[in-house]
Amino acid sequence: MTISGTRVLRGAIGVAGLLVAAELALRAGHVTLLPLVSTVLARAAELTVDGEFLGAAASTLASWALGLALTVAVGIPIGLLLGAMPRVEAAVRPLIEFLRPIPSVALIPLAILVFAEQLHLRAAIIIYASCWPVLINTIYGLKDVDPVARETLRSFGFGPLAVLVRVSLPSAAPFIATGVRMAASVAIVLAVTVELVAGGTDGVGVYILKAGGGGRTDLMIAATVLTGLFGLLVNLALVAAERKVFRWRHAR
Amino acid sequence: MLEIIDVTHTYGAYRALDGVKLTVADGELVCVVGPSGCGKSTLLRSVAGLVQPTGGRILLDGVPVSQTPDNLAVVFQDYSRSLFPWMSAAANVALPLRRKGMDRAQRRTAAMEALEQMGLADAAGKYPWEMSGGMQQRVAIARALAFRPSLLLMDEPFGSVDAQTREDLEDLVLRVCAHHGMTIMLVTHDIDESVYLGDRVVVLSRAPGTVAGDLHVSLPSPRDQIVTREHETFVRLRAEVGRLVRGNQLSRQET
Amino acid sequence: MAARSLGGFGVRVALVAATVALWELVTRLASQPYFPPPSTIASRMYTLWFSGPVTHVFFTDDALTMLQPSLGRLLVGWGAASVAGVVLGLAIGRSQVLSDFLDPLIQFGRAVPPPMLVPIFFALFKIGTPTQIATIVLGVIWPVLINAIDGAATVDRQHLETARVFGLSRPQIIGRIIVPSAMPKIVAGLRLSLSLALIMMVISELVGSNSGIGYRLTTAQQNFLIPDVWGCIVLLGVLGYLLNSSFLLVENRILRWHSRARQYA
Repeated sequence: MTISGTRVLRGAIGVAGLLVAAELALRAGHVTLLPLVSTVLARAAELTVDGEFLGAAASTLASWALGLALTVAVGIPIGLLLGAMPRVEAAVRPLIEFLRPIPSVALIPLAILVFAEQLHLRAAIIIYASCWPVLINTIYGLKDVDPVARETLRSFGFGPLAVLVRVSLPSAAPFIATGVRMAASVAIVLAVTVELVAGGTDGVGVYILKAGGGGRTDLMIAATVLTGLFGLLVNLALVAAERKVFRWRHAR
Repeated sequence: MLEIIDVTHTYGAYRALDGVKLTVADGELVCVVGPSGCGKSTLLRSVAGLVQPTGGRILLDGVPVSQTPDNLAVVFQDYSRSLFPWMSAAANVALPLRRKGMDRAQRRTAAMEALEQMGLADAAGKYPWEMSGGMQQRVAIARALAFRPSLLLMDEPFGSVDAQTREDLEDLVLRVCAHHGMTIMLVTHDIDESVYLGDRVVVLSRAPGTVAGDLHVSLPSPRDQIVTREHETFVRLRAEVGRLVRGNQLSRQET
Repeated sequence: MAARSLGGFGVRVALVAATVALWELVTRLASQPYFPPPSTIASRMYTLWFSGPVTHVFFTDDALTMLQPSLGRLLVGWGAASVAGVVLGLAIGRSQVLSDFLDPLIQFGRAVPPPMLVPIFFALFKIGTPTQIATIVLGVIWPVLINAIDGAATVDRQHLETARVFGLSRPQIIGRIIVPSAMPKIVAGLRLSLSLALIMMVISELVGSNSGIGYRLTTAQQNFLIPDVWGCIVLLGVLGYLLNSSFLLVENRILRWHSRARQYA
């Protein structure tokens, strides 16, 4: 308790110290290129109640949520299927290993041509990038299932479906959850990246491009800071949820 | 050589050592024996300078131990965590010799010599994970020997190997150490082992550890796994040490 | 065993061939402009990039002028991030106080989507290779940094005590105990950031550049040169695959002790 208290305090001092040091350095150096730390923080605070930014954030959030939901809906079943059928998995693996190194951002120009609808374009890129952690963790989780537990259930006359539901799924669940958490982070990155590269009518990426066009680097950085904080919160929330749900796993 | 004067150590509210007094003379092999959790390891770690005792003094050759002393080597129980898995056996043995100002060739020679003494001449190029537990512990002992410490500390050195290997290692250590005339403090919870190996057996009581007995072992050298263990002195000393280790337990249960 | 894995290899090759054949068939039948058959993509890639003279290992001038700046940015950026990440990570990981102070900042830094740095840096500094490299460095340093911190912080206590007991000096402890112990994690971080560096390179070239594969991809897309777009994508995929495989090759050499030790344990 006291140890974590010290940690929080030190962390807070670290953050505050860096911000103050950067502010002083910028003021002393008369650097006009970079906006002051205080300016950026003030802008960030303003943005949280700014209608235009909130609209942009809502749009990004929508494509993030849609992309992530579809990734989970598609990635987990395929992963379970491949994990449960090692032969098929071995056969498909070269395909996965060929597709995975393709940088997702490289697909954006093609997707711009293929998809007319902005949301479709964004969701498609998000799904492509974030399906890998879900897929691979699901396959890995199923492979990692204790064979003894599986054999035990089978020896009591349970069918393959019962084994899957009662043993394989629960023991693979922590891996799948980790995959989903990683996918959530990747999806945030890609949601913003698509907007930066492909543009569009709204979204945080578009907001930043517009701010850049108007020479408002303070707004650009403020929006980036808020995005980073959002990503941090999502990750912390998912880690906490994993800890809570899979307490039995940590106890071992 | 080594003087431990009224050493006390507490971890928070827990008192591990309480006024331990003990001296080790030059060339002596002293076994410290006691029930688990009696603070033997804390005592050894204090001598090694890895723990600062909260009270008392430790003198090595008349000099107070504050940091880890220069002329001291330790063989830990857990060889798998003491040998460096990214180095071959020879490199593991040679690494500490860098401190001694030896050049590459000298280090190599000294390491090979120590490995040979431990019967590991063929294993110099092997990595720890390519060796059995007994072999790994012999590498750890070879590393300590090559360092030529004035004091060698051994913390349950044979606690993690099987019975047969253990006997072989005990004899090997006795032979090699007699050859080098080394001073050794060996910590163990095994009563038989302490009597078999030691010139002296020091019994520590259950925590907070104090010296419950200090017995001279007048067994003939060289010792032999079968003959020595049949010797009437061995049997008597073993019983006596056993009573000291256990008797203390009983008296504590009564109170 | 060997025969079986060879058989498995044969099956895999056959499956890849079958997939490509199917792709070819479907795209020919569908004849969608945006999905050219793989044969068209391959022949386009050949004429554009791989029909050069023997002296250039069959690379065309076009391929060389495109690949050189891209690979240069990628490798320099990744290299700088690796050095900085490892050095800082080891220092932070060995100091509880330092890691307590910096942890929230590092967590935040990791959470910022690296591509967002690209427009900001382009707005703040001159558009050009140095700025692109700076975005790559800042974008990919996090996995290395975090893994190096973790690796340095979790060095086995007994390894350190052994080193202390034998009186190893501070530089010796760092160089011979801490760095090798942390190496498996550092290497994992390096591999992750290498694939991230490829992504950052492409983004920085897509958003603002007049050279490199990303720039080529944008111009191809703007001019509706569909086979060129596909060619760039395939090229980037091959590049990613090659980078990862060559890294694994080096990794297996460096960490031989680690993978073997785990096998035997």
